[in-house]
Amino acid sequence: MNNKLKLAVSPHIHSGQSTAGIMRDVIISLLPATIAGTVIFGLRSLLVVAICVAACVGFEALFNFIIKKDQTIGDFSAAVTGLLLALNLPANIPLWQCVVGALFAIVVVKCLFGGIGCNPVNPAITARVFMLIAFGSMTVQAFPTVVDTVSSATPLSLGEGAAMPDLLDLFLGLNGGAIGETCVLALVLGFVYLLVRRVITWHIPVAYIGTVFVCSFFMEGMDFTSALAMILSGGLFIGAIFMATDYVTSPATAAGKLIFGLGAGLITFVIRYFGVYPEGVSFAILFMNILTPYIDSWTRHKVFGVGGKKA
Amino acid sequence: MAFSLHGVHVPHRKHTQDKPVVRMDAPNTVVIPMVMHIGKPARLIVKVGDFVKVGTKIAEADGAVSAPIHSSVSGKVVKIQDFLLSNGAKAPAVVIESDGEMASDETIKAPVVDSKESLMAALTESGIVGLGGAGFPTHVKFNVDPSRIEYLVINGAECEPYVTSDTVTMVERGADMAYALRVLSKYLGIKNVIIGIESNKKTAVASMQKLSEEVKDACTLQVKVLPAVYPQGGEKVLIYHTTGKVVPVGKLPIDVGCIVVNCTTLATIGSYLQTGMPLVEKCVTVDGGAVKNPQNVLAPIGTSMAEMFAFCGGLTVEPAKLIYGGPMMGLTVPDDTAPVIKNTNAILALTEKEARLPKTTACIRCGACTNTCPFGLAPAAISKALEKKDAEALEELSVNACMECGCCSFVCPANRPLVQNNKLAKAFLREEKAKEEAKA
Repeated sequence: MNNKLKLAVSPHIHSGQSTAGIMRDVIISLLPATIAGTVIFGLRSLLVVAICVAACVGFEALFNFIIKKDQTIGDFSAAVTGLLLALNLPANIPLWQCVVGALFAIVVVKCLFGGIGCNPVNPAITARVFMLIAFGSMTVQAFPTVVDTVSSATPLSLGEGAAMPDLLDLFLGLNGGAIGETCVLALVLGFVYLLVRRVITWHIPVAYIGTVFVCSFFMEGMDFTSALAMILSGGLFIGAIFMATDYVTSPATAAGKLIFGLGAGLITFVIRYFGVYPEGVSFAILFMNILTPYIDSWTRHKVFGVGGKKA
Repeated sequence: MAFSLHGVHVPHRKHTQDKPVVRMDAPNTVVIPMVMHIGKPARLIVKVGDFVKVGTKIAEADGAVSAPIHSSVSGKVVKIQDFLLSNGAKAPAVVIESDGEMASDETIKAPVVDSKESLMAALTESGIVGLGGAGFPTHVKFNVDPSRIEYLVINGAECEPYVTSDTVTMVERGADMAYALRVLSKYLGIKNVIIGIESNKKTAVASMQKLSEEVKDACTLQVKVLPAVYPQGGEKVLIYHTTGKVVPVGKLPIDVGCIVVNCTTLATIGSYLQTGMPLVEKCVTVDGGAVKNPQNVLAPIGTSMAEMFAFCGGLTVEPAKLIYGGPMMGLTVPDDTAPVIKNTNAILALTEKEARLPKTTACIRCGACTNTCPFGLAPAAISKALEKKDAEALEELSVNACMECGCCSFVCPANRPLVQNNKLAKAFLREEKAKEEAKA
């Protein structure tokens, strides 16, 4: 008969799930935020997105080419990093800074550590922190172009005594900030999509945002509205939903995810209230990224039939 | 602590579920290996030139954990040849040329069973082994102090894609199962019987509910309909979902008061006790995209895959993989001369498209493997520990608990060889242990 029969160890079928499929879903989930950012901050937002995505994909392709590694841009993870980076930048950022940020994210944080799956920290978050420190560009806030009234800066950088912006404005994103971070409505839509597609679970975002809410609630003297304004401001939603849930740099089990979210929430809260920077989301996620291998080893599932009392 | 055992939703592809079982014509030749069970190979008692009939014993059980083997056709022993087993070892196999008559051995008559001892003797002579997959000799499994048996669990889950031979057995052979249950409960004192069936097998569930009524006077048969989540039919998974008992790693079901038998094994016990015809034929699901007419075939043991496929209308395209068993845990074979053996429940001829797997890429630490593993293992961490040859870490990760169901590899978006590494890790630990024992 034929000599073409394959011999292989089982299983002989596969779910069809792939890295590229997951990344495609993440990109789709970020589209509402991208569109909202463009509406709120103008067409230049799209330019920033395009430059970041092209630079990230380009740098990864170039790096793989130079070190003669199999091309990996087809898994769309570089595109996701580019998109996330862009959505974390203000629309009026100098374009050359976007390119430097992409270089840092892809080459320094991702490729030099071995590429996808090997980076110890989230590339987009780390690049954002790098740019914040190197350029101070994040303090140059973009302002909404769709509202006529005097626009506010991100509420977190308002001084003491300034009036809190309207909660509905915060929910819709009609306030200053990075391209993709202000419109909470769009971010929540993306969250729902990711949950429905089972790309992520609820644990990290809910634990993270919940912790910030509860801490702020007590800090603000049990004021519900102020606590709500606190979670709707800054980069909390985009960070909690899209950056803290990065597979590579967050724990695998539900228990680990809850610890990760709780820790990130506490750090964010502390930086927001007591730190020198107005925003703590990036630092919090970065710090929890570093703890992830430890959290993973503390929170493995109990193995069925091993040790302990029988059920 | 209560466990929630995970698993995966596999495509069912149970095309043959509602088709009647068809008995195959006498094959031209059969190749019967002396290893079709767990334990010592059977000891050959025929030689080239001997004439045999259906049911004639051709090999004796060798030692306590072994099983006798009987001819599945009438005809002449033409050759004793080496046979390559799935684990790479070799065992002799008897090649019998069929005379086409399928004449039964005249000495065959129903065994006299009037005590536990005579029941055990009959089961030993029957050649019956676990037909669900592992092929553990049935007489060894039942040969325990009856007071230890709290539950008899019947495995009717049949969670592998394509495979329906157990399902059709439950539908068509309820009477044989009833007979076996009566005898087992009479001489082993078995009172509580639970059969676990996946919810997608409605006809089997109905048939077993009828059976439950029938055997009411002898034992309580509880029909448990379980979610169709692979690997529902894994022995320890099934025990947990039917009785709530957890079998510790390295222990047997009987250690928690359970004996598990496959439903087809039970039906075969029933027919043997009534007729005395030992295990010489097997209901086998013949399926896969390359098979023209997929169906369940009642085939003499030793029939080659080639003759099975020919009986099912042949292959429409050149297959990419030939598999014994289901696609989640089945074994591939190098050619179609591979025979049906005692514990073969399916033979599949998968097309290039069906057998195509995605390319393996880097682990993205998504956690799907550990969140899918029914036993809560961490396959990605096990693979890493194996790469470092870290025996201590592998023990720590309890790799020996792995039942090799393949869920981790099935869901891995990077298609990493996770269950394959688990198998290697278990083998590595065995070697390390042997080395240590040799030193001591």
